Amino acid sequence: MIQLAIEIPYWGQSLLRVLGGLVAVLLPAGTIVYLFLFKMMSFMQSRLGPMEAGPYGSLQLVAEVGKWMQKEDLAPEAADLRIFKMAPLIVLLSTFLLVVIVPFGPDAYFTNFSVGVFLGLAVASVSVLGILIAGWASANKYSLLGGLRAAGQLIAYELPMVLAVLGVVIQAGSMNMQEITVVQNTGEIFGISWFGNPFIITQFIGFLIFMIAVQAELTQAPFDMPIAESELVSGYMTEYSGFRFLIFFIAEFATAGVFAFIASVLFLGGWGIPFSWFGWDNIDQVPDWMNLVGPLIMFTKMLVLTFIIMWVRFSMPRFREDQLQTFAWKVLIPLALLNTAVTAIFKVAL
Amino acid sequence: MPDKPKVPGLFKGLGVTFGILKDTVVDGANTVQYPHEKEAPPIRARGVIALHEDNCTACMLCARSCPDWCIYIEGHKQLAPPRRAGGKPRQVNHLDRFDIDYALCMYCGICVEVCPFDALFWSPEYEYSEPKIADLLHDKEKLGEWMETVPEAPALEAGAQKK
Repeated sequence: MIQLAIEIPYWGQSLLRVLGGLVAVLLPAGTIVYLFLFKMMSFMQSRLGPMEAGPYGSLQLVAEVGKWMQKEDLAPEAADLRIFKMAPLIVLLSTFLLVVIVPFGPDAYFTNFSVGVFLGLAVASVSVLGILIAGWASANKYSLLGGLRAAGQLIAYELPMVLAVLGVVIQAGSMNMQEITVVQNTGEIFGISWFGNPFIITQFIGFLIFMIAVQAELTQAPFDMPIAESELVSGYMTEYSGFRFLIFFIAEFATAGVFAFIASVLFLGGWGIPFSWFGWDNIDQVPDWMNLVGPLIMFTKMLVLTFIIMWVRFSMPRFREDQLQTFAWKVLIPLALLNTAVTAIFKVAL
Repeated sequence: MPDKPKVPGLFKGLGVTFGILKDTVVDGANTVQYPHEKEAPPIRARGVIALHEDNCTACMLCARSCPDWCIYIEGHKQLAPPRRAGGKPRQVNHLDRFDIDYALCMYCGICVEVCPFDALFWSPEYEYSEPKIADLLHDKEKLGEWMETVPEAPALEAGAQKK
């Protein structure tokens, strides 16, 4: 946005970034819900899904949002009203804070933090607070159990996620998301440089751990013990209806999109195409049109990753609570630690 | 026989869902889009119960055997002309009211089974929902109209007619 022909004042840039943030959060959420939740899930069950609202059911989401918006704003009598109403907003807020660190092009970023990865991982755990107080403030034992399970699960899977990202950070030598993108697109692997060095190859274990942890962070099946509908009646969301439920719903899928964005930056080379294809050497030589193509590349990568997340979600049965915790603490964390150690050794040795 | 290398269940499951996704895209779904296209129900489907009024003797067996008490019958005795010339007039039961409340009916079919005079039949017709629940009470005229939709009884087995 710096190189544009006309100079945009600071307020204009801020406005653009706010609008861009809204688009970057809501557009993936809408796409994921329609493409994967409505259509792909139906097709995987040999049915067509919503077909009546709009051509091929494409306006179903508008109809659903309209339905939720007109519902009464209910709250349980014994609920802690202020906190009860605050909880979904906190969850959504953490999503919006998370998208801030994602770069979409050489100049199309919201902020260029030098420790972007660190901020992202810190902000990602804010949603735990929202979920925990949603469960607590509902004054409902199912909600409380769901909230506690969610907190336990999200904290358990935060660790492997951090450790998986650590491998990327060690290999890239930077915590800046932009730097990580550039390193992947300028790097070479075993002397072959024509497709850069996306970290999914060298950090494949890290990628697997990261995606599993993301699946758990999003409480998607098979890690959906906190919102298990058959035993906890949707857990912490039991008492929410109308637009407060809608906010939880948007946050769930927007977070899926944003985590997919982050994963594509960390492991798939982000907005970039291998710089050697066009003879660029560093980020300053990348032309402005990448600011338009970059978001499209990111969006495509996001769709691929969310496809995998949703595919697993629709295929796997749910883990038992103890299996869930055992898997995190006894399998994922040691594996992630090992991965970090090996990466560090290679980094120093080579 | 050497065992085939086992695919872990995790990936097998993913393969199953992806296979069905592919089948749905290529061959279309197993479902039909109901108001636009209709599936013909099986010929013996339990859609609605039809009444053949002439066969009914108001014996009340169906009403008494109904688990939901959703059959309402009223009748009175009256004299009918004698069968043979010079005989006495016969006393018959005349059916005044025969209602089935489909808001209560659970489609068990006991009434059809228990009817000794073949007055009740299953029809596969199923589209008779109503905006008002009271309209689900079908009277004997309406139950009689359903007779047109009752399929022909299947032919008897060979030898079943012989005494």
